[in-house]
Amino acid sequence: MIEQIREKAKELLASGEVKVVIGYENGGLPETTRPVFITSPDEVDRLVWNKYCYANLATFLWRKEVSSLGKPAIVAKGCDVKAIVVLIQESQIKREDVVILGVTCTGVGDPPLSKCPICDVNTPREYDCLFGEEIPPKTDINKFADVDEFEKKSPEERWEFWEEQLSKCVKCYACRQVCPMCYCEICIADKNQPQWIETSSHTRGNYHWNLVRAWHLAGRCVDCLECERVCPVDIPLSLVNRRLAKSVKARFGYEPGYDTEAPPPFTDFKPQDPEEFIK
Amino acid sequence: MSDETKTEDKPAAAEKEWQPRIIAFVCNWCTYAGADLAGTSRMVYEPHVRIIKLPCSGRIDVSFIIKAFEQGADGVMVSGCHPGDCHYTAGNYHARRRFGGFRDLLEFCGFDMRRVVFSWVSAAEGKKWADLVNEAVAKIRELGPFKEYQKLLAEDIWRKEETNSDRETG
Ligand code: SF4
Ligand code: SF4
Ligand code: SF4
Ligand code: FES
Repeated sequence: MIEQIREKAKELLASGEVKVVIGYENGGLPETTRPVFITSPDEVDRLVWNKYCYANLATFLWRKEVSSLGKPAIVAKGCDVKAIVVLIQESQIKREDVVILGVTCTGVGDPPLSKCPICDVNTPREYDCLFGEEIPPKTDINKFADVDEFEKKSPEERWEFWEEQLSKCVKCYACRQVCPMCYCEICIADKNQPQWIETSSHTRGNYHWNLVRAWHLAGRCVDCLECERVCPVDIPLSLVNRRLAKSVKARFGYEPGYDTEAPPPFTDFKPQDPEEFIK
Repeated sequence: MSDETKTEDKPAAAEKEWQPRIIAFVCNWCTYAGADLAGTSRMVYEPHVRIIKLPCSGRIDVSFIIKAFEQGADGVMVSGCHPGDCHYTAGNYHARRRFGGFRDLLEFCGFDMRRVVFSWVSAAEGKKWADLVNEAVAKIRELGPFKEYQKLLAEDIWRKEETNSDRETG
């Protein structure tokens, strides 16, 4: 499969159709990979594809360092493609401005990351070329089983859990830096006039930061799990991300990353939207 | 009036007794007018709500709610025009989607949702506003101070003694 990807990359670069191929190369250590930006057809042999291709490369599509190189082709797993779809929905990139080299995928990591058993996009939903055997989407999955379980806890137990988890946050903002959807030029966490989010990493400020981060990803997060993977103190960010995903699905019947034409849920409304909690 | 006379005016016991602190974020055109009507109609209702007026419920962000708790609030009320009545046509329809998200997020993170009250109150509903406030105050009296959050308020690394002495010696 990697031979075909390299061949396609070579062809795209040689013809000038794309100026850069965003993909994976071997990392410095065994069982690691890192993002690579190939700009010359002679270098396509650096590209690799294996179960250690964790990174969601969609996050590079809108970064000026990369977009200034010219039209990109991008190696993307199903979950990464969902991020590309959201970027298209939110007008950050145009569909015709990117060549998607979709790869079918049965999971990354050893053992696979928690997102993989509940994945329904083993075959990407959107691509220009597909590499690998098509895998039919799983149907009998519950993406929110752990969320449902957590919701059975009492408010005190939930508070205690998050207080402990969030007290660990060091406000490194790695979760934000890696996220393909965190493209704001000035993040609320960096704004100091007014300063909404306290900059010290005490639990009070961490609460505000982590709640706002999750909220700003509501209806947009595709559960690529990158934030959770890079968090140096292992805060279960996906749990709160998916609580909001569940909320958006239940309230508005919407899931991000499946349809480039669908309006993002918080830019839209219906007169009959649920309001069971409003007096 | 000097501070001294102030303290003399108040009985010492009443000063110590905890009273709920509730912050209400309301839109200018409906709920604020409704609250104003409650006042001009001389309805007597609980005085523990501090109202912050916004142009529209569409302006209310989850950060407002969190900030209120950060400043020591025990409860928060959020209110705007009824669906269909927004001065800016659809601000409250957008707000309603967001409020659902705020609600689910805060609840998931362990906030007791009896402390956060969402409502629609029109300019004619002075009575509804007074009732909602009375209800919220009674509920929060029952729940007591928002101790969990107030514990976080006390925790500020720059205020710790060792940090201060570190800074002096370093
Ligand atoms: S979530 Fe799906 S597409 Fe993404 S890495 Fe796991 S199995 Fe592959
Ligand atoms: S919030 Fe995390 S899981 Fe969601 S899209 Fe961003 S990096 Fe991926
Ligand atoms: S990556 Fe983890 S520690 Fe860093 S800011 Fe995000 S939640 Fe906090
Ligand atoms: S003006 Fe009252 S909700 Fe928009």
